[in-house]
Amino acid sequence: MKKDLVIIGGGPAGLAAAAAAREAGVEDLVVLERDQRLGGILNQCIHNGFGLHTFKEELTGPEYAGRYIEKAAALGISCRLNTMVVDLAAEGSVKKVTVMNREEGLYEIRARAVILAMGCRERPRGALNIPGYRPAGIYTAGTAQRYVNMEGRMPGREVVVLGSGDIGLIMARRMTLEGAKVKLVAELMPYSGGLKRNIVQCLDDFGIPLKLSHTVVDIKGKERVESVTVAQVDEDSKPIPGTEEEVACDTLLLSCGLIPENELSESLGTAMNPATGGPLVDESLETDREGVFACGNVLHVHDLVDYVSEEAASAGRNAAAYLQGRLAEKGREIPIRAENGVRYTVPASIDIGRMGETQTVRFRVSGMFRDAAVEVACGGQVLKHIDRRVLAPGEMEQIILKKSELEKTAQAGDPKEISVCVRT
Amino acid sequence: MYDVIVIGAGVCGCAIARELSRYRLRTAVLERASDVCEGTSKANSGVAHAGFDAEPGSLKARLNVEGSRMMEALSKELDFPYKRNGSLVLCFAEKDIPALQRLYDRGQRNGVEGLRILNREQLKKTEPNISDSAVAALYAPTGGIVCPFGLTIALAENAAVNGVEFMLETKVEEIQRMEGGYRLLTDRGSFETKTVVNAAGVYADRFHNMVSEEKIHIIPRKGEYCLMDKKAGGLVSHTIFQLPTAYGKGVLVTPTVHGNLLAGPTAADVEDPEALNTTGEGLADVLRRAALSVEGLPVRQVITSFAGLRAHEEGNDFILGQPKDAPGFFDAAGIESPGLTCAPALGRYLAEMLIGYLPAGKKENFVTERKGIPNMAMASAEEKKRLIASDPLYANVVCRCELVTEGEILNAIRRPLGAVTLDGVKRRTRAGMGRCQAGFCSPRVVEILARELGKDPGQIRKNEAGSEFLTGHDKDGIREAKER
Amino acid sequence: MADKKEFVCIRCPLGCGITVETSDGEIKSITGNTCPRGADYVTGELTDPRRTVTSLVRVRGGEMPVVSVKTAADIPKDKIFDCIRELKGIELSPPVHMGDVILEDVCGTGVNVVATADVR
Repeated sequence: MKKDLVIIGGGPAGLAAAAAAREAGVEDLVVLERDQRLGGILNQCIHNGFGLHTFKEELTGPEYAGRYIEKAAALGISCRLNTMVVDLAAEGSVKKVTVMNREEGLYEIRARAVILAMGCRERPRGALNIPGYRPAGIYTAGTAQRYVNMEGRMPGREVVVLGSGDIGLIMARRMTLEGAKVKLVAELMPYSGGLKRNIVQCLDDFGIPLKLSHTVVDIKGKERVESVTVAQVDEDSKPIPGTEEEVACDTLLLSCGLIPENELSESLGTAMNPATGGPLVDESLETDREGVFACGNVLHVHDLVDYVSEEAASAGRNAAAYLQGRLAEKGREIPIRAENGVRYTVPASIDIGRMGETQTVRFRVSGMFRDAAVEVACGGQVLKHIDRRVLAPGEMEQIILKKSELEKTAQAGDPKEISVCVRT
Repeated sequence: MYDVIVIGAGVCGCAIARELSRYRLRTAVLERASDVCEGTSKANSGVAHAGFDAEPGSLKARLNVEGSRMMEALSKELDFPYKRNGSLVLCFAEKDIPALQRLYDRGQRNGVEGLRILNREQLKKTEPNISDSAVAALYAPTGGIVCPFGLTIALAENAAVNGVEFMLETKVEEIQRMEGGYRLLTDRGSFETKTVVNAAGVYADRFHNMVSEEKIHIIPRKGEYCLMDKKAGGLVSHTIFQLPTAYGKGVLVTPTVHGNLLAGPTAADVEDPEALNTTGEGLADVLRRAALSVEGLPVRQVITSFAGLRAHEEGNDFILGQPKDAPGFFDAAGIESPGLTCAPALGRYLAEMLIGYLPAGKKENFVTERKGIPNMAMASAEEKKRLIASDPLYANVVCRCELVTEGEILNAIRRPLGAVTLDGVKRRTRAGMGRCQAGFCSPRVVEILARELGKDPGQIRKNEAGSEFLTGHDKDGIREAKER
Repeated sequence: MADKKEFVCIRCPLGCGITVETSDGEIKSITGNTCPRGADYVTGELTDPRRTVTSLVRVRGGEMPVVSVKTAADIPKDKIFDCIRELKGIELSPPVHMGDVILEDVCGTGVNVVATADVR
C-alpha cells in the first residue's frame, strides 16, 4: 500500500495534524490508531478544563476529542482503528510503516511523509525504584483513571498518591468523588508539578493534604497494599531518617512523570533530545529524517491539550507543504540553545529561510523562578526580554519570534545560535 | 492412593514431575500458590551456570554440569527460551589472579568444558563495555541464560500432558505416616500416597522435619535485582560475574533471554520466608556493585526491581533423597543457586532414585515434546503472517511494549495449566513485562481473563487470593440520595 | 463576628496567597493579592463558591458500562456530594449521546447533568 501521508496516533495530536494536512490539500492520508476508538487518552479524562484556548469554552476530555473526531469525519479522513504500527524504517525518502490489525493482518504502507503522534506513557514504579513489596494495589494514575472513568471500576478504597502531576491531582478528586478516601498526596519536589488550579480544586476542596518534599520509602502488604511509608526528603531528594510515617491504605497511585513513547522514532534512527525524551525537531517540526514530523506528547510532554492541537496542526500544514513541494529545502539551521534555567526548547533549531512570519518556541524551566525574565538572544543581540512574575517547571512556556527580527540579526552577521534563558 | 505426591510446583518439583511422568505412576503435584513457578523459581538470575562455582564432588557441582549440558536439547524439546551466551568472571586486582586461577581449576575438576583465562585485552575484545578496572577474567563458553518461567512452565505443562495431576492453591499443612506411605493433610482435604517428594523450596525444612528426626534448617537468603529496559540489553552479551573478594560475593550483570539487562542479586539472610520485599539499601547496593563490572550501566533505565529468596541449607549443598528414618520420603531440599540450571538433571536424578524405591515401567505413549506459546515479538514477518492467518487475534496487540497479542494471551489461558491470573499471563506471554510495566495492558488483560474464565473483572487477581485488582464499582462508597 | 480566611488565587500561575478579613459575613479587607483578579476570586469563593462536577452514570447493555457526565454549569460547592449521590442508582439504556440531559435540575440548583460522551 502507498500513501502520501501516514499519521501514527489518533489522539488529539494525530487528529489535529490530519485535519490540518487535509485542509492544506493532502488527499491521500491515513491515521493509524492502536486503540478501538479515536481520541487517545482524552477519552478517559472526563474532567473539565479542556479547550479554553481553542474553543473559548470549558470542555471535558471526551468532548474536546469529540470535536476533532467530528472534524476528521467531516473531512473524510480515513482512520484505521485497532491498528498497531510494529516497525518504522526508511528506504531512501520512502518511509516504510509496518502495520498490523485483525482485518488486514500484517502489511506495509510506503509513505512519502509520516507524522509521529504516538503520545506518551507514565513512569512506572520500577523506574522510581520504590522499595517494598509488590502486591496488587499499585497503579499509575492513568491506569486507575481508565478503570474508574471508562469501566466504572474502583481500583481501591483508601488511597495514597505519589507525585503531584496533574493526572495525580485529578485522580485524587475523581477517586474522592466516587467514594474512595484519599489520604494524602506526596510530592518529591518542594513544589508541585501540577497546575495551581488543580491543587485548589482537586485537593484543597476535599481537604486532601499535599506533602511537598516527601516520597514513598516502603510499601507493605503481600497480596494487597496494606500501607505505604512516606518520608521527608532533603535537598538532594534523599529521605531523611526519622521522618518516616506509615500510612494505612490499600492503594498507591503514581503520578511521577510522563515519558514520550518514541520506540518507533528510535527504530527509524531519529536524533533524540535527552531533555524531552522526544525527537529533535526544527522550525517545521520536522525530525532529522526528511519528511518525518512530530507533534504532541511524543515530541515533548504538554500540560494543555490546546497547545497540542495547535502544534499538531502546524506539523500537519508543514507535512502538506513538504508533500506539495512548498517546503523549502533545508538550508542554514540555527540551533537554539536552552540555557540558564531553560531545560529545552521545541523547536531545537530554526532555519530562517523555512520559517513562517512568526515562530512559536515552547520550553520548560528547570526550577521555580520569581520576578525573573525570559531572554532570547541571537548574534549578540537581545531579541526579547519578557518579565515574568513566576516561572514554574509544571507550566509550559512559550515565546513567539518574528521572522523579520531574525532576518535583521542574520543580515548583521551570521549568527551561530539563538539562546533562550532565564534572567533573575 | 497416589504413587507419588510432589510438594511444590517450582522448577525442581516440575522437573521431577516431568521425569516421573515417563513412568506408569499416579503422580500429583500439590502447590499452595495459584500457579506454578511462584516461589524461588520466579525471582532469580535466569542464568544457566557453566558449573565452575560449586565444590568439586558436591551434588551441586555434578548436577550443575549435567544440567548445563542438558539445557540446550531440553529447550528445543520443550520450546522455552535458552541461549548459550557464555559467562565471564571478572577479576579487578592483579593480586586476585591466583583466586581466578583456583576458580579455573575448580571448573576443570567439575568437568566444565572450554574454560579459559582472558587477559585484559582479550577481555575488552570479547566484551567491549566491560569495566576498565577489570584486569582479567575467567571465560566459560558453556554458560547460558534461560527464562526461569519458560523452563518451569514448560516442564509443568509437559508433565500435565503426560498425566500428572496439578492441584494448585492446595497447601500442605501436615504430613502423617501411614501404612505403606504418607497422608498429606491440606486445606483442601487429605491425600494418601506411597511416596512424597519434598520440593517445597524455602519451606522444605518444615516438611522434612515433620517426618524425620535428622533435622534440617533452611535459611531464606534474599537476593534483590534491578531489571533494565531492552534498550540497555545490548550493553553486554555475556553473563558478567565478579570474582568473590573479601568485600563480598559481588553481583552479576547479564542480558536476559528476552533482551533486557539484569543486575543482582544481593545476599541477605532473613527470617520470614515470605519477605519478598526490596529495600532501599539493597537496590542501591545492586546498582552500585553492578556499575563496577561495566562502563555506563544505565541506572536510569531500570524498569522494575524484585527480590527472590534462595533456600539456603546450613550444609551448603543440595539434600536429595530419603532421610534414613523416612523411607519413601524424598527430599529435594536446600535448592539454591545453581538450582535452576540443575533442575533438569536433578529431576532425572531424583526420579531414578524414586523408581529404585517404587519400581514402575515406562509409558509407551509418553509425549516428549511440548510446543510453547507463539511469540509475535520474536517471530519473522512470515511467521507473523502465518499466525495471523491461523487466527486474526494474533494481530490484535494488547501489550504494546512487548508486542503481545490477544491471540497469545488466549493461548496462554486455554492451554494445559493455563494462566488464571495477571501474573500467570505475564509470565507466559510477557504482557506487562515491558517498559510501561502493565500500565496500558493490565485493564485489557483483566477483561480478557474475566471473559475467558467466566468471572467478573472484580474477581481477577494479580496472583494469590486477596490480590484482586479492583475493589468495587464507582460510588460504592457513596450513600444513595434515596437512603437519606 | 470577625473572621480571617486564607486563599490561594488560581486565576493565574502566580498563586498569590490572599488573606480576607470579614466581620459578620461582610468583607472588611483583602490583602496579599497582586491584581484585581485576586480580589474578584476570593470574593466569589467567600460569597458563592461554585464548581463543575464531573462523574459517571451506569449504562446497561451498551458498548461501555458507564458514560461520563458533567453539570452543564457550575453548582454550589457544598452541593458536590449531593450531586454525586443523585447520580448513584441512575441507569441508562443505550444509545446515549454527548449533550443528552441525564438529570434535570440536580439538587434543586437549576443546573442539568449532561452526558459528555456517546455510548452505543
